[in-house]
This record gives sequence, structure tokens and C-alpha cells, in this order.
Amino acid sequence: MKTLMIGNMAIARGAYEAGVTVATAYPGTPSTEIVENISRFEGVYAEWSPNEKVALEVAFGASLGGARTLVAMKHVGVNVAADPLYTLSYTGVNGGLVLVSADDPGMHSSQNEQDNRGYGKFAKLLVIEPSDSQEALDFTRESFNLSEQYDTPVMLRVTTRLCHSQCLVQPGEKIDRPLKEYKKNEAKYVMLPGFARLRHLEVEKRMAALREYVEESPLNRIEWGDRDKGIITSGIAYQYVKEVMPEVSILKLGTVNPLPEKLIRSFAAEVKKLYVVEELEPVIEEQLKAWGIEVTGKSILPRTGEYSPELLEELLLGVPAPSGYQLGESIPGRPPLLCPGCPHRGVFYVLKRKRLTVAGDIGCYTLGALKPLGAMDSTLCMGASIGTALGMEKARGTESARKTVAVIGDSTFVHSGITPLIDAVYNQGNTTVMILDNGTTAMTGHQDHPATGRTITEEETSQLDLEALVRAIGVKRVRKVDPLRIGELEEALDEELSHNGPSVILACRPCALIDKSPKPSLYIDEDKCKGCKICIKLGCTGVYWLQEERKARINPDLCVGCGLCIEVCKFDAVLERGAN
Amino acid sequence: MAADTTNILIVGVGGQGTLLASRVLAQAAVDQGHDVKVSEIHGMAQRGGSVVSQVRYGPKVFSPIIKRGDADVIMAFEKLEAARYLPFLRKGGLMVINTDRIDPLPVMSGEVSYPERLEEKIAQVVPKTIKLDATGIAAGCGTSRAANIVLVGLVGRALGMPLDSLEESVRALVPEKVVAINIKALNAGWNYMDDALISMVRD
Repeated sequence: MKTLMIGNMAIARGAYEAGVTVATAYPGTPSTEIVENISRFEGVYAEWSPNEKVALEVAFGASLGGARTLVAMKHVGVNVAADPLYTLSYTGVNGGLVLVSADDPGMHSSQNEQDNRGYGKFAKLLVIEPSDSQEALDFTRESFNLSEQYDTPVMLRVTTRLCHSQCLVQPGEKIDRPLKEYKKNEAKYVMLPGFARLRHLEVEKRMAALREYVEESPLNRIEWGDRDKGIITSGIAYQYVKEVMPEVSILKLGTVNPLPEKLIRSFAAEVKKLYVVEELEPVIEEQLKAWGIEVTGKSILPRTGEYSPELLEELLLGVPAPSGYQLGESIPGRPPLLCPGCPHRGVFYVLKRKRLTVAGDIGCYTLGALKPLGAMDSTLCMGASIGTALGMEKARGTESARKTVAVIGDSTFVHSGITPLIDAVYNQGNTTVMILDNGTTAMTGHQDHPATGRTITEEETSQLDLEALVRAIGVKRVRKVDPLRIGELEEALDEELSHNGPSVILACRPCALIDKSPKPSLYIDEDKCKGCKICIKLGCTGVYWLQEERKARINPDLCVGCGLCIEVCKFDAVLERGAN
Repeated sequence: MAADTTNILIVGVGGQGTLLASRVLAQAAVDQGHDVKVSEIHGMAQRGGSVVSQVRYGPKVFSPIIKRGDADVIMAFEKLEAARYLPFLRKGGLMVINTDRIDPLPVMSGEVSYPERLEEKIAQVVPKTIKLDATGIAAGCGTSRAANIVLVGLVGRALGMPLDSLEESVRALVPEKVVAINIKALNAGWNYMDDALISMVRD
């Protein structure tokens, strides 16, 4: 029976049906649900790896061991895994290996919108791109066959809109696939220069074989229609083309690297005007131009931002988007913000008050950069905060280190914050690092990680002790604070910033969305409230401002009773109900 | 654009349960034999930001996202979000507004003020507007958190979906222990859609 599945669930199902027995990932929107879902199938080992590089290395080992293996990550995660990936292309696989790259055009939840089809070309991979959940399932299954047949890692490239769209899917039967034999083969798997030179020749032979394959691949198809316009497209963009131009001729590509030259030439020859519609970089278009095929693409379509049917209607058909109903009123924006009770709020409140330079990192707490907290100076990528703070100190001198803090979440610290902390110790930095330990990977939906002591299937496991870890690295000054106790935080910061040498402040309190401990019900005594707005400056939706009365009030539906407003109120106006 | 596709845009504030509402409506549409696509938002926007999910159903659906001016129904969980996504409603479409008000950051901090009488202004522009206190109705059913399902009941009826199909879909998608409350909320929304409103919508 057909059932509704998001693209990520369909990928998980396809992997299961293909006989995958090992799956690895580091959580990252929009890829997170893939391995989360695989972990629920019986007979599959799934793990949250500390980061994407490790995830791919474990996947390589599993493939070497003969298992069909899936590894999933968001687009920027592939950058972290790029080192093993490029050479994995040389070694090839034993059991089929599929890397899912979940790209994020439009940056719904990312720091950039890189197009990872580019990796296909540079790392010489077969890249496959589905355009809905059914294809996500079918193409994932087929990817494992192709991976083994051509001895190549396969990149399944998907985008946010596919990952998080539900479509009707007809699941298939799980195949019975015994573990492949493992045979030692150092010439294939030990990439010493002498062996690697030979493997590179094999890679080029494989690419030639794949170029033959893609000409006949059932993953590509032509839908003939009106031949005045021919459109080459792939992925979710295909659906937008079908939506707004059901009558045109379409070459729908399921294999986006290598590209089928003969198929494309024959299609191009049959249509009057040829377009490429691709999200986002002109990967297909540039190859066509290199082949001397006349084509229109990025000269009229953008290479920034997510595509949509109305965008294609406007830019390809010249039909402006209908204006719809208009209110003629300016609507205040609604940026995302830290949840009521979020322990990060206390940290950023204090950092702002102390006017510190803050090297930030990736997670919910990146929202500390937004008003009214606005206490972050930089955010680059996972784990960058500590290196950034160290670099600023090396450029601007020790005094600047007394005014600079690196903030990084617990999961992010494990992901890639450990090595820069080693750098700060080794190279005698005075970096003050705050590890915001909320006991989970919150932004992506509360996944476990090594420091939570639970696995992806919520089994108890050895818990990484962050305090012992940072001490072992050589940080002499390590202390724990409660991020919602302002005084404690300020004292810790004052002491650690004035101290020479690196120090780590562990700000520990569980994420407000998972903290089940009982909390008081709070209210504001309006006689005591002087309207100073200090609680409003916390940027918490649990407190709001009464414009006419010039008072603050607590919204009991949203307040979770964390008490941070009690901490900051100078007039003791915030009270606990029934405490009296 | 196939005119036989029904487009529902569900808008609100991260955490209000727009995702569940879209899944219940989508499942009910599947049960009636439609091709269905749903677009969801996960990740950062869920942290109190403006969120939108989209349900499309009909004989054959391609795009999971709805064009501006093409939504048959906008189901708004919050007034400001109703106003924000208004241009997505097609002329003659139905706007359902939960009269809840959640101040966004720029309002909370006093930078800008929350526009006054928003639901009335929308009703002046959109002939088919239904305003209701879904949050209050849900609270009466046992929890204000079921406001999303109250709206599902109302919109499901407006779109001619059978009640038993919606109920089945609620049972399949909400956690066991809150099924009873949500079924009550669904029915409250269904019953809110009285004959007068039905004839207004079908008009």
C-alpha cells in the first residue's frame, strides 16, 4: 500500500530494502531523519558519529567489511568528510556505499547554500539525484547496486525541499543480501603513492564506464512534449517545471555526474530552445557549454535562493506572480529565537552586558547573535569558535583575550572543538572557552552524542566526561556554572578572563525542551514593576511588554519558570505563584 | 496549475503544531484516494520563528509548494502570520484565523508595535474569512495545545472531508494518551463550521 513519507524516510526505507546493515551520520538539518529512521529498522546497526568525517570513515570500514552502508550528512558536513571522501573514490568499495548529501538551497537552516554536485566532479563520484520520495526510495536502492557494480562510492544528492516533503510511496520488499567476503587487498585499500597511482588509473576507467552507463540509465528519461522548448532538469526543480510548464519537452536527469553526453546532445538537437533548470550552481549548464551546446540557464535564473514554481513562471514564462490579497500594512518580522527557559539566554545576557567579543559556533545558541541579546561577533562553521578566538588574540595581543570568549555547544565541541582547544593549550593562548552544555544536540531535534551517554537507539553507553577531557588536554582552569544564575556566570567570567592561560567554563543545564524538572509558576507584581524593561531585554517570549501600562507581564502559556527574569529584576517584581 | 488541485497553506509560529495539522489533513486526503504532497519546515525556524507547511492534493500533484495567490485555504494559527501570508491566498479563497496573538521579538522589545485589529482588516479584504479563538476552544477540550486540531476539524469540514476520515487520521498521528482530547478538539472545530459558515465557504 502507498503511504506518505518524507524524502528522508523514503531514503531510509530504500537503504533498508537494499540490505543495508550499517548506517552512520552526524545530525544536521535537513539530513537528520535519514539515519534516525534507519536506526528503527531491525538488523541495522546505526550510529550518531562524533562528526561527518568519522561517520564516513566508519562507513568505509563497514563497506570494506562487506556490508552495504549508508552515511548521511548535511551539505556542509561533506566538507568535514571531504578528506576521506576524495580518497575513498580511489579505493572504491566492497559492500555498496552511499553517501547522502542533503543540500540546503535557500538556507532554511544552514550557514551557506553550496551545491554538492560539485563534489561529484572533483571527487569523481557517481552522483544521483531523486525528485520525490518515491524516487528517493527507488534511487537509493539502485545506488547500492551501482556502487558495487562500478566499485564506487555513490553520492545521493537531495535538497531540503525533498528531504522534508511528503509524497505517496510504494515500499518494496527487503532483499536478502549476505555480507560480502572481506579479502585483504592492500593495493586497493592502502593508499600509498605507489598504490594510489594505479588506483587513479582505475578511477578514470570507472568514470569512462559510468559515462557509458548513464547514457542508458533508467534513472534518466525524456518526456516529449512541445519541442519549441526543451528543459533539462533534475531533483525537486523537475516538479516545479512540471507544475508550471506541463506541455514542454523535458530531459529529466537522475544521474547528474557524470552527465550523459549523447543523450543530452540528441535531446538538444530535437528542441528549438534549450534551458537548464537546476538548483543552484550551473553544474549541468557549464558542462553543456563546454560541449559547445547552446543553452540558457543562469543568465535568466538565479544561483542564489531556493527555486519555486512561481519563480519559474516569472523568469521562464514571463508571467509575474499574482499579487494575491494585499493588506497594505507592514508586518513585523518573526525571526527564530531562543525558547522560553533556554539556558543559553543567561549566557548571552551576561556576555552582552560585559561587552565581550564573542566567537560563536553552530547550534541553537547562534541565535544569541540576534537582538535583543546580540552578543556574537562571528560564526563560521562547526567548531570554529575556539580557533577564531585564539586567532584574534594572536593578531591583537593578550589584552584582547581578556575581552574575548569562545562559545560552543556540547555536541559541537565533541564534533570539532577539541582540536582547536588543543591548539589553544599548545600554542599558549589565553582563550576563555564556554562550553554550553545542554546535554543534547538541540537544534536538529535532540539527538544524543558521546557526552550524553546514550546511543542513537537510546541505549546507555560510556559517557564522555567533558570536564575530564578538557583537563586531559591541559586546561588547568576548568569550572562548572549554572547558565541561569547570573551572579555565578559573571564571577566565573571575570576570573577566567583575567587569568593567564586557557580556561574552560562549562555552563551546564539541560535544554528547556527536554528538562522535565518541576518549575515554579511565575508572575509579575504590577505594583512592584517599575517598567525598566530589563526582563524584556532577555528576549524571552514568556515575558511581554504592556505599552499603555508601561509594565511587563508574564505569559503563563509560554513561561516555563526558569527564573532568569527573577535574577535580572532589580525590584523583586517577579514572584512565584503560591510561594508567598 | 491544475485547477483540480486543492492547496492548503498552514502558517503559524514554531512550536504551535503546524506540522501535525498538515500531516492529519494530508492523511485524510490520502484516505480519500488523492495524490498528496506536503511540504514541511524543520530546523532553525522551528525555534519560535514564522513557519509554514503546505498540503496539496488532487488527481496528480507535482510541486510540494504552493504559488503566491494560489492557496485555496490559509489556516493561520496566529494573526500576524495570517497577515504575513495573505498574498498566498487565491482570490475567493478561505482565510481561517486563530485569533491568538504571539508577539514576535521586534514587538516584544518595543521596536515596532503589533498591528491593531489585524483580523478585522483581513476580513475587510478577504470576503471568506473565519475568525475563531481556536486556542480557547481547545483549552475547553482539555488543552490549549490542541488548537491545531480544532483548526483541522474546521478546515476539514470546509473542504468536504469526511469526519471519520479526519478522526482516523488524528488517531494514527497523535500520541496514544492525548487521542481523546484531540478527537474532542477535532469535533469542536468541525461543529464550529455551522450551516451559515458552510454556505459562506461554498458560495
